[in-house]
Amino acid sequence: MKTYLAIFRIRFIHGVQYRIVVFSRLFTGFLWGMMMVLAYLAFYRANPTNFPMELSQLVSYMWMQQVLLILFSVVFTDNEIESSVENGSIAYELVRPADLYGRWFSRACASRVAFTVFSLPMLIVVLLLPEPYGMSLPPDIFQFMMFLPSVILALGVTVSFTMLMYVTMFYTISFGGVYVMVIAATAFFTGAVVPFPFLPPPVRTVLEVLPFAAMQNMPLRIYSGNIAGTDALRGIVFQIFWLVLLIAAGKLLMHRALKKVIVQGG
Amino acid sequence: MINFQNINKTYRVAKRKAGFGNAVKALFSREYELVHALNDVSFTIRDGEMVGYIGPNGAGKSTTIKIMCGILTPDSGLCDIGGRTPWKERVAHVREIGVVFGQRSQLWWDVPVIDSFELIRDIYKVDEKLYKHNLDELSALLDLTELLKTPARSLSLGQRMRCEIAASLLHNPKILFLDEPTIGLDAVSKIAVRHFIKKLNIEHGTTVILTTHDMQDIEALTERILLIGKGRILLDGSLAELKKRSSERKTLVVEYNGNSPEIGEGMTLSEAKEGRLVIVLDPAVLSVSNAIAHLAAQTELTDVSVSGVTAEEMVAALYKEYRI
Repeated sequence: MKTYLAIFRIRFIHGVQYRIVVFSRLFTGFLWGMMMVLAYLAFYRANPTNFPMELSQLVSYMWMQQVLLILFSVVFTDNEIESSVENGSIAYELVRPADLYGRWFSRACASRVAFTVFSLPMLIVVLLLPEPYGMSLPPDIFQFMMFLPSVILALGVTVSFTMLMYVTMFYTISFGGVYVMVIAATAFFTGAVVPFPFLPPPVRTVLEVLPFAAMQNMPLRIYSGNIAGTDALRGIVFQIFWLVLLIAAGKLLMHRALKKVIVQGG
Repeated sequence: MINFQNINKTYRVAKRKAGFGNAVKALFSREYELVHALNDVSFTIRDGEMVGYIGPNGAGKSTTIKIMCGILTPDSGLCDIGGRTPWKERVAHVREIGVVFGQRSQLWWDVPVIDSFELIRDIYKVDEKLYKHNLDELSALLDLTELLKTPARSLSLGQRMRCEIAASLLHNPKILFLDEPTIGLDAVSKIAVRHFIKKLNIEHGTTVILTTHDMQDIEALTERILLIGKGRILLDGSLAELKKRSSERKTLVVEYNGNSPEIGEGMTLSEAKEGRLVIVLDPAVLSVSNAIAHLAAQTELTDVSVSGVTAEEMVAALYKEYRI
């Protein structure tokens, strides 16, 4: 465990160095969030009765999504992991006496957390925005207490999915192709572009059982109060289910890949 | 003790001819060529030995190192290092070894070197006191004190290589694999690194296996040489023995003032300039002292130097002899 914390630590230090990236991320996050809120407001004004979420829930969903964007991004990948496979410095990773899956997992979590820590000031700003543009607090303390573990689980599910992408690199060497496919899939399947309640019911029933539903969908809807009470508890169990399954699959596949891997070149 | 027995490894390499047409064709069907990187390779290395592993490019040196590090599984054969098979018990095995891949980096690019060192300490679970001791010793010997606070990206190649070597030794490995450790180093760093490796071997009894193309490394460091070519071990012996096998001729460089001297029997002129001669001497015909006396009698010598065959020439001759 200490090993993984140490890796988390160095990746965190590494991640917080990029100040400009963080500022520009905050800036675009704010603008993008504002744009989304305004767009949905226009829909709401056009036809409030057909709106599948309460307006305040939707606005909270949108803002929290921007604040935690990187935390829940499947494709916020680690250049160094990719280039280590491409150029062969993975050789060094393999001569370390610790499990590679665990080390990459902690790295991937750390880089997301490092980035997100600096997005937190945005919370204050969006909480202070006037109605109906601003984010509201969760409806009650129970929702908030459910939100916290749900965030951590969503991060875990997201990262364990990213780990599957990394494993494919052992076969393809390059990362580009998988990356593009996953961007396209996750933007839609995770509820990153359109929240699940806005999707047509047949599509929704399918998406709600996929692992993507255990990512940002869960904590954002729990925070906003769209999934409440026992449904929230059930959601957390659902997240744990996918987390365990994806980690088991990732570990197994990585184990198999590493048996066959050939580090090329001198 | 390292026991390497009848190891074979074959790679499948995709090949195609140049050009657009061939590139399109390769999209649908690829041609592979089998490359026999290692062909029935066997050797034993005792604890505390320092071995130079040499061979031309593509001979199979790095493949051997990768197998010994446990990161590559051979097609067949046995390898036993300290009672373990590297690729089967990789995690337990790598705790005991240190590796420097001269072509790659193990330091985190954007953070100060010391942070990378501390990460390695935590991964290998090195005791804090031992870590401190090793770090102090390594910093002193490799002159790292100033470099530790610098991010790896701002280091020059030679500075980084010194840090890489230190990083591989923080956990007191019993065996050190060095894959071209002096690549790109300046003369001062090279000498420092060689001196350091020698010291490590003598004081800590670390087994060192070194691959390099720099024959001065070999000459300065290793007693024993393994020569590999086309995936086979061709020679296994001491440097002195190898030198004896090759020719004993000497090279004599003289500088003189005045008349150009006539060369005598047993000498061949290989280069002549105004005031400077390079002569190849066969000591069986004419001894070195007689040769110098012969020249000195004819003119005023200002400088004389005598050298035997260099390791470089010797290895080139070996490569030629074995047609590799």
